[in-house]
Amino acid sequence: MYVAVKGGERAIESAHRMLAEERRGDVAVPELSLAQIEQQLGLAVDRVMTEGSLHDRDLAALAIKQSRGDLIEAIFLLRAYRTTLPRLGVSRPLDTGRMVVSRRISATFKDLPGGQILGPTFDYTHRLLDFDLAEPERAAPAPRPVTPPPPDQPLPRVVELLDREGLIEAESPGDDRGPVGDLTREPLTFPAARDVRLQNLARGDEGFLLAMGYATQRGYGRNHPFAGEIRMGEVAVELVPEELGFPVEVATITVTECQMVNQFRGSAAAPPQFTRGYGLTFGAAERKAMAMALVDRALRGRELGEAPCAPTQDEEFVLSHSDNVEASGFVQHLKLPHYVDFQAELVLVRDLRAGHRAGPPR
Amino acid sequence: MRPAPDRPLLSVRGLGKRYGAQTGCLDVGFDLWPGEVIGVVGESGSGKTTVLNCLSGRVAADAGRVEYAARDGRVVDVLREDESARRRLLRSDWGIVHQNPRDGLRMGVSAGANVGEPLMALGARHYGGIRGQALDWLAQVEIGLDRIDDLPETFSGGMLQRLQIARNLVTRPRLVLMDEPTGGLDVSVQARLLDLLRGLVAELDLSAVIVTHDLAVARLLAHRLIVMRGGEAVESGLTDQVLDDPQHPYTQLLVSSVLHP
Amino acid sequence: MSHYNFAYLDEHTKRMIRRAILKAVAVPGYQVPFGSREMPLSYGWGTGGVQVTASVIGPDDVLKVIDQGADDTTNAVSIRKFFERTAAVRTTTRTDEATLIQTRHRIPETPLRAGQILVLQVPIPEPLRWLEPREAETRTMHALEEYGVMYVRLYEDITRHGKVAQTYEYPVLVNGRYLMRPSPIPKFDNPKLDGNPALLLFGAGREKRIYAVPPHTRVRSLDFDDHPFEVEHWERPCALCGARGVFLDEIIVDDKGGRLFVCSDTDFCARRQAAGQASGDRP
Repeated sequence: MYVAVKGGERAIESAHRMLAEERRGDVAVPELSLAQIEQQLGLAVDRVMTEGSLHDRDLAALAIKQSRGDLIEAIFLLRAYRTTLPRLGVSRPLDTGRMVVSRRISATFKDLPGGQILGPTFDYTHRLLDFDLAEPERAAPAPRPVTPPPPDQPLPRVVELLDREGLIEAESPGDDRGPVGDLTREPLTFPAARDVRLQNLARGDEGFLLAMGYATQRGYGRNHPFAGEIRMGEVAVELVPEELGFPVEVATITVTECQMVNQFRGSAAAPPQFTRGYGLTFGAAERKAMAMALVDRALRGRELGEAPCAPTQDEEFVLSHSDNVEASGFVQHLKLPHYVDFQAELVLVRDLRAGHRAGPPR
Repeated sequence: MRPAPDRPLLSVRGLGKRYGAQTGCLDVGFDLWPGEVIGVVGESGSGKTTVLNCLSGRVAADAGRVEYAARDGRVVDVLREDESARRRLLRSDWGIVHQNPRDGLRMGVSAGANVGEPLMALGARHYGGIRGQALDWLAQVEIGLDRIDDLPETFSGGMLQRLQIARNLVTRPRLVLMDEPTGGLDVSVQARLLDLLRGLVAELDLSAVIVTHDLAVARLLAHRLIVMRGGEAVESGLTDQVLDDPQHPYTQLLVSSVLHP
Repeated sequence: MSHYNFAYLDEHTKRMIRRAILKAVAVPGYQVPFGSREMPLSYGWGTGGVQVTASVIGPDDVLKVIDQGADDTTNAVSIRKFFERTAAVRTTTRTDEATLIQTRHRIPETPLRAGQILVLQVPIPEPLRWLEPREAETRTMHALEEYGVMYVRLYEDITRHGKVAQTYEYPVLVNGRYLMRPSPIPKFDNPKLDGNPALLLFGAGREKRIYAVPPHTRVRSLDFDDHPFEVEHWERPCALCGARGVFLDEIIVDDKGGRLFVCSDTDFCARRQAAGQASGDRP
């Protein structure tokens, strides 16, 4: 005799216990420490902070440990945690012009004031698996050479050099006094203003933006990008407390900024100028910053009078699907029971099939 | 015979549109009376399509005034009305026949649904009744009734255009804007379509603004013509007068360039 | 959970959501955008419903959570535990005892009363979404009451199948004005929306919309005059409690294709069975 299945609660508890065991793995293997993750998987930490919209290296490391290395799961953890945090204030805009750079390159000029500073990058490595890394370190590693920060900091921006000649469009600051939109507080509406668009892209999935940016390079909405400047380094985060009335530095963080120089345009009224795309991430997430700048420029097509002809130029398409926490949730929700809806469909299909056997509907 | 109206159905003054430094159209004006068909003729780039797009709201005019006499007697300032009012007007009183019928149809639903949709948008709720009217209109535009459930993807160019016309006329609009209604069709198909349009316009007492580069179309359908060049109207008047006795040098050039079979 | 606020959300967020709910109640069926927050549950798993519940729940509420009509499905269990931990409210499986019911994909068979709140979880709030993917355009269509395209869809179904092929999430017109998607409840449950004495709240977390059907509001499922809306019927009664006129789940009981039909609403079925045993009736 059929008895209704019970025990959903027990099943969930069981699943959670199994998950905890899997997460720990073989107990003979030493447990990961947050410090190890934060130090030696730094780029994973950078990504989780950027897309989690929360700058805290230790929390990001914890999220990565808890999620067993699934970075989208870690991003979700950080976002959910962020929901609970009170907002104490809004910082002044980061002045990346005053960044203490560790890395700064430009593809548009061979050399420039301050020079091309490579910094720590994978770019010129040969992608050969280094089997030395598979062994524990033989001796204490040589002390890291103390590299003084490059001279003549802060370094001038490449785009400023173009700007002096009037060759590149103004940054269009818009209304500086107006409040900045915030997608963590208000829903996205279309058409989206640039502040909200950039926030959406900064929080957006790196893979998705990479593909969308890549598509523009391959002709789906090409806008002739050049890497005007990529800089990575430390910037100060400043707050102006109401009681004090002057800015106070509350932290320094590492960010990566990418300014793309794109297709010039002009009209009868205005002479040709280069256009811009912008990308910014926490830490050293350079590939994401570049992809973001490509997509930003593509989405500016509407304001620049470009007829949209490719998905990357479709604002609703890009901005509605960039959030991997939303995407992951909805895709995976298909695992939830849908048997009632399915039952309704079964009834209909059987009905229609019966009707089909009986003869045409009309 | 309706009583002589005291004002035109559509009154256009000083209509203008610029595209950057380019003139789309400049200072275009005319009156359209009920039951009247105006042809706007010219070569490509003359601005005739811009005029139509300004009237339909597809592009925003930069200058001018367009007044429409609504069924309830109200005069609607078309260019200044808010979008909701304008869209309502388009649904209930006006029709737009696009040059490419795919722009004016839903290619993914059946012919019957295409013709029925305007009725459903206005509140029709009887499936049989909607289908019946769709059948009537398919007959009127000479599309086989057995095609009512077919997708427009399976229709020829001429059939698509006739389907678009049926979809527009099913709500009995008072004014229809047509953009090159016979463009891209074979000559014999064009002839049949023109015959159909002429018959429908007369039978339904429609007013229409027809944009065309084809003077033969203009002669057949329009009571009056406006000749456009470089965005401006260079000549206007009764169709026969303009075509048989053109005054402006450009009109003379146009008329003389037409190949005579 | 001492360092979390009552029902997890901070008071500022709850206030924001309540304002959205008030607006939704004032304009029945209209989708109110709101600043949906990331919750500890995935988007797509009920975050909209959870945020609505978290914003209206109080310490004296009695909460019931169901999914597919059952209290014991995994997602219902998970959400109920969430509120047990963060709000420490009394929970129940009995529809008649609950003051607040959060549900996914079903409306309880037991009729609701005035004073109860039903919170429905919504994946895709926009009824026109499959006909028009753009949000900017669908908002305009709602503002201008341009719903003709939805009737086109029904027309096509009747043309192709002889009847409307929408069996769940069946579109409705609320208070004679707004077209609404009632969440993926089977169309069988649509009549329960009409004139219900309870307050019906709909939450879509990922899509960031809240809408509502206030008590005693007219809700009509779309149809044609000559093809009126109709609900599903089952030939057999529930195999466990004998009920007719309720939504039945199909259970496959052996590998020869044997099947049983039982009430989807587990509370309703369990109480009927108990009453049947008490009075000595056989189903």
